[in-house]
Amino acid sequence: MALFRGFIEFARGLGFQVGLFLQVIARFPHIPKRRAFISSQLYGAGNKVLHVVLLVSFVMGMVLSLQTGLVLADYGQQDKVGIVVAVTMAREMGPFTTAIILAATVGSALAAELGTMAVSEELSALEVISVDKVSFLVMPRVLAMILMAPVLTIFADTMGIVGGGFVAQSQLGVGSQLYYDSALESLQGLGGLLAVPKDVYGGLMKSMVFGAVISIISCAEGLRARGGALGVGNATRTAVRDSIIAIIIVNYFITWFLYQK
Amino acid sequence: MAKSTIDLARRPDVLPSGPVPEDVCVRFVNVCKAFGSKVVLSGLTLDVKRGETLVLMGPSGTGKSVTLRHVIGLLRQDSGDVWVEGHDMSLIKPLELFELRKRMGYLFQEGALINWMSVADNVALPLMENSSMSRSEIEDRVREKLKLVHLDGVWDEMPGEISGGMKKRVGLARALITEPELILYDEPNAGLDPEISQSINELIREVADTLKITSMVITHMVSCVRTVADRVVLLEGGKVIVDAPPQEFLNHEHPRLRRFLGKDPD
Repeated sequence: MALFRGFIEFARGLGFQVGLFLQVIARFPHIPKRRAFISSQLYGAGNKVLHVVLLVSFVMGMVLSLQTGLVLADYGQQDKVGIVVAVTMAREMGPFTTAIILAATVGSALAAELGTMAVSEELSALEVISVDKVSFLVMPRVLAMILMAPVLTIFADTMGIVGGGFVAQSQLGVGSQLYYDSALESLQGLGGLLAVPKDVYGGLMKSMVFGAVISIISCAEGLRARGGALGVGNATRTAVRDSIIAIIIVNYFITWFLYQK
Repeated sequence: MAKSTIDLARRPDVLPSGPVPEDVCVRFVNVCKAFGSKVVLSGLTLDVKRGETLVLMGPSGTGKSVTLRHVIGLLRQDSGDVWVEGHDMSLIKPLELFELRKRMGYLFQEGALINWMSVADNVALPLMENSSMSRSEIEDRVREKLKLVHLDGVWDEMPGEISGGMKKRVGLARALITEPELILYDEPNAGLDPEISQSINELIREVADTLKITSMVITHMVSCVRTVADRVVLLEGGKVIVDAPPQEFLNHEHPRLRRFLGKDPD
């Protein structure tokens, strides 16, 4: 019975999130009216987490380089470490690391902000003065996350590769010229008009989807918050937990879609 | 002491069915509302006349706020009829409700100001979102309403920087910015000291007299009844048990009312 009730609750929450996402899409024509608020949300999302993304991805690249470099060295292939670090960062670790940081920082803040508004009757106040909550509160936040996540991912990819290069040179004895040449060559380009390597644009597409998933889940949890400070705390915790689970699941399907043979 | 007890709840037939007369702004007919197993309204029957200030009193949990939330369309009744400005609230379409709310104002207990917007932006919000007025016209209207609630000098302050009484005044200015025909006050005196509380009461009376609008006020304060009310009802168990003009209400012999007011009201 408890399992059934849990399933019903999950289905209800998922339905609310899907409904909210469709409502956000329907509000995209309001973008010009909300441009000032969208800009402030973009700045807030980027400014709050950029230093964390830079630091974490730099160290992530170092760890990746060291772990794979040591294994490759056993086979005398340590000069290939640049390929492994670049591809892994662009395809997987850059978008994933950025998404986890965004969920933990910006996502939790979104849920707490909207949750506080819900429990302090600010959302009811918006409703009674005929202000469209989705257009006014949710759409600008979701759009800002969709746009900012790939920008942060570019920083994460770059810093990860630089961090990997630092370890490759200092601990694996791989020259920086060789490391960076192999790293850049490994990122496959499509050529023609779409000259961006598939590993890079695939990762950026992933991060846009992650941005949408995190912001929709966080806003939905915030809007559904009830019961004072405890409710806000629950909404925040649920938003971060569900965002991370959703990122991992969605990540698999996008990877399958992009790289299946 | 007054002798009559107007017990509308036991006489749901007291309000005729059919079209709501022009002079009736809000009508509840035998309205019931429950949250799970908790019954809050159990046959509420009530009329609010146009231009009248009706005060709702009663112990906590008797359905006063729930009543106001039905009027503004935040809640929908389980049974019975709620009519507001000629609209049947159980049949009203979202767009009609959207338009109807533009003709209503609602003052929340804590003001419910948007915390990350300045006082001026909070007051301007309904017009910024839903009118074709220019920025300067909106600013003039905001100045006018802030002056009406005696907050002329307050403009750029954030809600977190002003007192509870000022928040309620700003909330009232926001509720009045669209020049509503009906305004709902949910415990405007809650948490205020007697002096500020009385100034809010006087403000409610002033707004009602100046703008000739219909008001519904929830309060526990007898001073509020004395200052603002044209008519007072006592709710108990989700029904009206006393309905009378203010002086008659305060002198009424109904045992539940006497117990509620106590020996020393206020």
